Amino acid sequence: MSSVTGASAVDHTPNPHGESPLGGDRASTGRLGDRVFGGAATGAGLLVIAIVTLIAVFLLSQAIPSLARDNASFLTSTEWTVAGGNPRFGIANLLWTTVASSIIAMLIAVPLGVGVALFITQYAPRWLSRTAASLVDLLAAVPSIVYGLWGAFVFGPHITGVQSAISSVLGWIPFFSNDTGKVDSSGTIFFIGIVLSIMILPIVTALSREVFAQTPATHKEAALALGATRWEMIRTAVLPFGRPGVISASMLGLGRALGETVAVAIILSTLANGTAWSFSVFNGGETFASKIANNAGEFDSPQKTGAFIAAGLVLFVLTFIVNAIARIVIERRKAFTE
Amino acid sequence: MKTLTSRRIACLSGAALVGSLALSACGSDNNASGSAAPGASSSGSSAKADCAKGTLNGEGSTAQQNAIEEVISAFQDACEGATVNYNPTGSGAGIKQFTAGQVDFAGSDSALKTEMKDGVVEQAAADKTCGSPAWNLPMVTGPIAVAYKLNGVDKLILTPDVIAKVFLGQIITWNDPAIAKINPGVTLPGTAIKVFFRSDESGTTENFTKYLHGAAPKVWTADPAKKWTGKGEGKEKTAGVAGAVKSTEGGITYSEWSAAKDNGLSMAQVDNGAGPVELTGEAAGKAVAAAKQVGEGNNIKLSLDYTTKQAGAYPIVLVTYEIVCSKGKDPAKVALTQAFLKQFSSPEQQKALETIGYAPLPTDVAAKVSTAINALS
Amino acid sequence: MTTIETTLDAAPRGATPAGFQGRSSGRAIRNQIARIVMWAAFFVAMLPLVWILGSVLVKGGQLLLQSQWWTYSQRGITARHVGGGAVHAIQGTLIEALATAVIAVPIGILTAIYLVEYGRGPLARAVSFMVDILTGVPSIVAALFIYAVWVTTFGFQRVGFAVCLALVLLMIPVVVRSTEEMLKLVPNELREASYALGVPKWKTVVKIVLPTAFSGIVTGILLGLARIMGETAPLLILGPYTKNIATDLFGGLMPTLPTMINIDRQQALQPAVDRVWAASLTLILLILVLNLAGRIVARTGKVRG
Repeated sequence: MSSVTGASAVDHTPNPHGESPLGGDRASTGRLGDRVFGGAATGAGLLVIAIVTLIAVFLLSQAIPSLARDNASFLTSTEWTVAGGNPRFGIANLLWTTVASSIIAMLIAVPLGVGVALFITQYAPRWLSRTAASLVDLLAAVPSIVYGLWGAFVFGPHITGVQSAISSVLGWIPFFSNDTGKVDSSGTIFFIGIVLSIMILPIVTALSREVFAQTPATHKEAALALGATRWEMIRTAVLPFGRPGVISASMLGLGRALGETVAVAIILSTLANGTAWSFSVFNGGETFASKIANNAGEFDSPQKTGAFIAAGLVLFVLTFIVNAIARIVIERRKAFTE
Repeated sequence: MKTLTSRRIACLSGAALVGSLALSACGSDNNASGSAAPGASSSGSSAKADCAKGTLNGEGSTAQQNAIEEVISAFQDACEGATVNYNPTGSGAGIKQFTAGQVDFAGSDSALKTEMKDGVVEQAAADKTCGSPAWNLPMVTGPIAVAYKLNGVDKLILTPDVIAKVFLGQIITWNDPAIAKINPGVTLPGTAIKVFFRSDESGTTENFTKYLHGAAPKVWTADPAKKWTGKGEGKEKTAGVAGAVKSTEGGITYSEWSAAKDNGLSMAQVDNGAGPVELTGEAAGKAVAAAKQVGEGNNIKLSLDYTTKQAGAYPIVLVTYEIVCSKGKDPAKVALTQAFLKQFSSPEQQKALETIGYAPLPTDVAAKVSTAINALS
Repeated sequence: MTTIETTLDAAPRGATPAGFQGRSSGRAIRNQIARIVMWAAFFVAMLPLVWILGSVLVKGGQLLLQSQWWTYSQRGITARHVGGGAVHAIQGTLIEALATAVIAVPIGILTAIYLVEYGRGPLARAVSFMVDILTGVPSIVAALFIYAVWVTTFGFQRVGFAVCLALVLLMIPVVVRSTEEMLKLVPNELREASYALGVPKWKTVVKIVLPTAFSGIVTGILLGLARIMGETAPLLILGPYTKNIATDLFGGLMPTLPTMINIDRQQALQPAVDRVWAASLTLILLILVLNLAGRIVARTGKVRG
């Protein structure tokens, strides 16, 4: 699990002598083999630092000139004209679409994932739980382009009825209003949110499963000994113990949903330039990732490339913040467990 | 011992990976021209094409994708050792990759521009990359269909003004009086009109907006451009818009004829002032034949008359150009380019393209193109 | 993981021992509802899986059963022709995956060794932090970076190797984290015993620690490979498609299964549509085989304490 949350050996609390428990420094003999090998290992680490620094430097250096030339406010403008002498581009639309679709995905995937994880660890008979775990992991083996195809051609035609129903019943809420008239299209934020939720379900389930499985048996037995039903035992012993893990899993799923490119590009319809702003999730749009992918042919001038890279950087920062939250939550939990 | 077994398995999986690679190396490129789907054209006769060896990479317009793939298939059948790759990413992307020196030729629905647009003059930039003038050679002409899906309405007549209003979102239902007026006797349902447009930079968009701006200038005031300036829902590439209309009742879009045909969409008849004209190869050919050449010498740029009132001419047509360097840096590549373009522009090949939704090049244009191809060096 | 069966769930009504109150029916009902909800959650989660795999199998299975799918390329085949196969795309996918692994695995394993065996202090924390950042880089941003360096700055042609570079960026963090975990699991006693015998540190790592963690490392590599095989974003930007067999990473266009799917999905004619689903099924099968291999290796080679 920590391979996904990013906890690393170097973060272990040191032993009483102040060294890392895996320290073997004094084992290094200074012979040639040790120096070469140690050097290679350190070199690899330095290479990783160099790569990441290079990425940051490169992207920033390409993005900043374009940002400087931007005549509209980058964070709040909804226009996107990146070429020519009067570039005006802003990410407000992109931010809204990205965040809305990812939140819809989370709202569906997290309860469902927790439910499946509870099923696998608490309710399923032994013979079924391992199979069920493998089956849910199979969802992760489907590449995103296949999700896009399936969503657009197989699932999509069925969703329009659902969207119309929701819109007619809940249309008074701005999110579900039908002011764009696109309820019978399958290229909506609502639908891509559903497809994204299926894509992040295996992540949420796998991590939640691990956390629930690690619930100390003593806690569970104590609850049961006090006369709790199975559900009450879960509610009082398993869920509170697993809450940091579930939060961390949700954040990781969110990170994946934010960065999803191809499925979004295939399914979501884009908006005409100058379309009026709408809060409706039955609208089309573009996410950061899909906008870059859709315009892959437009990277000819430094100014245009820089504008798209700026959008990519915002996505990168978003994903990083989300992943950092996931890691912090799991680390804090570790510091307080027995 | 357990660890030994696992190591054996691990090594086996590594070996399997490499092994499957080796096995697949038994694969062959030698496809006998397989059984064609019913109703398809036979690859144009090409036995007498002069052949060259090598690989050509092209990129650009999706409007000519079907056409160029047939030509590539015929060319590769006739010439062993010749390979042509075409990547349909849209006219805008094609020109950009050509200017960046990443491809050998670009397919574009509009000739390289000579005015400054978005900070760059396309013709000048391409000339610079080539080190010699870049030539626009028209190869494929095709009608742009106004494709729609409306149950029970097989025959629909539209005028330029009405088309412009629909695509600007000013006419929003099918039974609007403006449409009913020009379609006497047809019962139009009250379904909402759903406009779909090309979300990528498209030469088809450019040609369609050229038509609208030319034929209905008072309604469509925006300049023609590769990026859509009207209303509607954006889908990517030809397949996106055509597929969207196919699955949406009341949907309407503009796409080249071959895509509309492949998706089984209904196509509107266009009344440019001389009566409604149905979309046929012949009608499109009439409009292209009336085009004027505006480029000099071997740079053959055609200017189409979108306000044509010629009887029986379907006015919304596009011409796709292959943009090549007039002087190449690699003689082998130049020979291959010449051979390929000769195949492309040959009368038999052009005729064969008609069955899949394109109009053959008019003879005088074809003659000029021939001259230009021979002048490539 | 223990599921504790208790008799409380199945206590017969009315058989309460003296002094105890019976369980209220409200709680019992809530318990049953929870059970139903959990089972339902599982079935709801299975529904899309079955639907997707079913659709892909039904629509694409036919073509896969023909031997020419596995032995011929798409050279000369247009959207209206039935025929040809996917060998060029399969080869391209495998070649790029192999090349990516060749670069990413040594870097990843060495970095993990550094973090576990050698790393100390601020440098090691910085490396760990950077690996964290790499984990979070979206594939499209990695592709943009490689494009900005390879094409815009150096002016090179878009070749298969550029795609491999982008995939390397995505595979390194997976290999690092999973290798790290495996190395941590190796008991310290093994290392100490080796040092006590006078074995130098590098030999300890290479001959004792790595072989013990070998199966887990291989699992991590296989899972990383499965992940990058399905990545399409770098291919969209850096890897144009070709219909011919291409085996040269540096000499031009390299076809892969995702780009083959991407190109054919733009056509509406049945032969192309069939190929889209068949290529999707092929890609899923490749990934599944890798996943399965990873699982088997992990299951049979647990690190012994």
